Amino acid sequence: MKRFAALYASVDQTTSTKAKVEALASYFREAPEDDRLWTIALFSGRRPRRLITASVLREWAAEKAGLPLWLFEECYPVVGDLAETIALILPPATTTSDHSLTHWIGHLKTLSTQDDARRKAGILAAWDGLPPTERFLFTKLLTGGFRVGVSQKLMTRALALATGIDEAELTHRLMGNWTPETTDWHRLIEVPDPTAALSRPYPFYLAYGLEETDQITPVGAWSAERKWDGIRGQLICRAGTHHLWSRGEEVMTDRFPELAVLKDFLPAGTVIDGEILAHDTNGPLPFATLQKRIGRKTVPKKLLVEAPVILMAYDLLEAGGTDIRQQPFSARRKQLESLCASLPPDLPLRLSPQVPFEDLEALARARVESRDLGAEGLMLKRLDSPYLAGRKKGDWWKWKVDPLTIDAVMIYAQAGSGRRANLFTDFTFAVRDGDSLVPFTKAYSGLTDAEFRDITAWVRKNTQQRFGPVRQVTPTLVFEIAFEGIQASPRHKSGVALRFPRMARWRQDKPAGEVNTLEDLRQMLAQFG
Amino acid sequence: MNAVLTLTDRGIYCPAGDFYIDPWRAVPRALITHGHADHARPGMGAYLCTTTAAPVMRHRLGDITADTIPYAETRQIGGALVSFHPAGHVPGSAQIRVEVGGEVWVVSGDYKVVDDGLSDPFEPVACHAFITECTFGLPVFKWTAPDVLKAEINSWWRANAAAGRTSLLGAYSLGKAQRLMALLDPAIGPILTHGAIENTNAVLRGQGIALPDTIRVTPGRDRKAHPGAMVLAPPSALSGTWARQFGADRSSAFASGWMALRGVRRRRGADRGFIVSDHADWDGLNTAIKATGAERIFVTHGYTSVFRRWLEDQGYDARIVATEYEGEYEGEGLDSTASDPDPEAGTEAGTEPEAQDT
Repeated sequence: MKRFAALYASVDQTTSTKAKVEALASYFREAPEDDRLWTIALFSGRRPRRLITASVLREWAAEKAGLPLWLFEECYPVVGDLAETIALILPPATTTSDHSLTHWIGHLKTLSTQDDARRKAGILAAWDGLPPTERFLFTKLLTGGFRVGVSQKLMTRALALATGIDEAELTHRLMGNWTPETTDWHRLIEVPDPTAALSRPYPFYLAYGLEETDQITPVGAWSAERKWDGIRGQLICRAGTHHLWSRGEEVMTDRFPELAVLKDFLPAGTVIDGEILAHDTNGPLPFATLQKRIGRKTVPKKLLVEAPVILMAYDLLEAGGTDIRQQPFSARRKQLESLCASLPPDLPLRLSPQVPFEDLEALARARVESRDLGAEGLMLKRLDSPYLAGRKKGDWWKWKVDPLTIDAVMIYAQAGSGRRANLFTDFTFAVRDGDSLVPFTKAYSGLTDAEFRDITAWVRKNTQQRFGPVRQVTPTLVFEIAFEGIQASPRHKSGVALRFPRMARWRQDKPAGEVNTLEDLRQMLAQFG
Repeated sequence: MNAVLTLTDRGIYCPAGDFYIDPWRAVPRALITHGHADHARPGMGAYLCTTTAAPVMRHRLGDITADTIPYAETRQIGGALVSFHPAGHVPGSAQIRVEVGGEVWVVSGDYKVVDDGLSDPFEPVACHAFITECTFGLPVFKWTAPDVLKAEINSWWRANAAAGRTSLLGAYSLGKAQRLMALLDPAIGPILTHGAIENTNAVLRGQGIALPDTIRVTPGRDRKAHPGAMVLAPPSALSGTWARQFGADRSSAFASGWMALRGVRRRRGADRGFIVSDHADWDGLNTAIKATGAERIFVTHGYTSVFRRWLEDQGYDARIVATEYEGEYEGEGLDSTASDPDPEAGTEAGTEPEAQDT
């Protein structure tokens, strides 16, 4: 753990990307292979199975520190990270240990087979034998999300530097559902295992929002499609198997069983990039319908009927077992079109239609029509663009419709976490309904750090009541809330649920008495829901 | 509050002696714990402070009517007996002891219990009621031991100097900056100072406080004249154009109690954060309170509601007094360093604005 803690410290103690990459690369050259593998796993979102719930960890930590639980609970929102809070309040270690990262992860695995009393003893002993940084990292392994300022991209770049293997190739090798327990350094990095390759997706190509129309002129060089509002997915059919991957590198194969039929029709060695979309014979269904399917590992029959899905095909990445990502989009698109044309029409796969346009004005008109068609806007792709990896500017742009907006008043505030710890950033908003205020959405983003600081100072002065970490504030501050869509929702007091709500701006010019009303929201629901 | 001291809209007031302690509005007679802007404000008819605190107060407040008193000397003011005792916060800082009819109350001002090598160290004063700050009144705040801190800062500086980088360390210009200077190993390189800090240095040196040699950063100097230097500046200067004169290859750090929190450190965007404060940490607050033997505790600024509840759990008669003191501002050096006269701003983040200096 000392070596891993030293790596963490050197990455944490610099704001220079170059220095971070160098620190990681030297770790990848020098650390034992099993520790390297776990480091790759942790920095690519693969973590050991959660052993102990957060609430139990809080109790143990408070008890060990000799503090009442309520005091621990007061500290947590100030620190904004559970593992860090625990590491900070525990008394100094009384013993020392010098075990590797892999050892500690193995220790957690052993504890998982034991009863509660032994687990507790095992965790407390670990806390008592680790200096502060190692204790923080060990607790991070227990609490989940290992976000410590190293992105997967940065880690991959360092790995490329350390091994001499091309970064894009490594990005591809690191995808898929491996864990350090199912592979080793040699098989994952040096000589990739062919069975793992069977399910391995390609890195997704992601677009930035269009900033100026200059970026797509001359328009003759571009292709337009609708930007559908579902879940981006990659369907992989190889050697009689199929796998469906999300953009977040999660396997979703079993969640969408109706897509299994595709492997019987698509040729082996086919990989399609597309959108999983709730869709019936009449066209796309609202995102809220798809939402019923998200998060469900298995799907009851009834839901398959209520919320049927299709794959709306955007792009072809592999054909006949050959990676064709370097071919121009126009060539990939042609192959995708003939592939789709060769399939029976009732399969849950559709070709995302191209939007015809002669000039920029026509394109702009098509963009405005998107919402009526159940789409979020347009996707613009340069006809000669290869399929790149990650979010890149230049060849692909998304051109979303302008969001819907409503003015609302802030009624609750809560501190954020991580970088936003001890700063009020998570707000609940209300609209007027006669003399009362009806909460209808939360929003966390859209303001500058300076605005969040001003609002934080304001919240402290204007707190009416505290409910744990949540402050009820005097309903005074008005914000313009922007959102992408609106749906009826019986679960919400207001009767509506918004899609992607965020703060478009702080309306310091507008008094709380002039915010929009529940009736305004209902009219939006009738028009756009 | 009643009896010895009461809270008014102008500040903490002693009816028996007809004086205020660290008032935030103009009053005829003010006893001042120390020279930071939220405790020593302009416009008072007459000031009383320690002999050591007076030069900085005069430097900051200009032409004031100020009387001075050595530590531990008792003075009768009306019906009250008053004495000043070291608070260990900055040079000259004091806790003020007020005795009326055998009842003793102590106002802590700001304090820390570790010896910073510069200020007279904190001395516990036995009392019936203790009015304390609690800027860092949560158990997540525990300061780095002085020897470890010294090693951390010097090894950061040494590594930067070896790589040809300038080190920029942000620290409040009265107290924190001088304390850090005293920790630096002059063998590594020259110590440069921002004007706001150097002005305070001059005042302190003038009253006989020994500080290491420093070089004032002046406009038009040759930026390559001092390779591998350590530059001390108010935190607000680190994020602005002032810092750019040291070239792109510089490393910056902040020295503050808030650096205990990773989230705050990341938000500040500096390479390093050193955990050091002129306020007491969690253990310091608890030790200091216990040492007074007081049964009644009033908490003024910081995490007041949490700390009051904690003290109550420990068997104290604990209450909150809403003052306008600001503690140590978390956002030191961010763009909003202007003074925020918000009484509650101190309850969680506090403010110690650099407005006096920049």
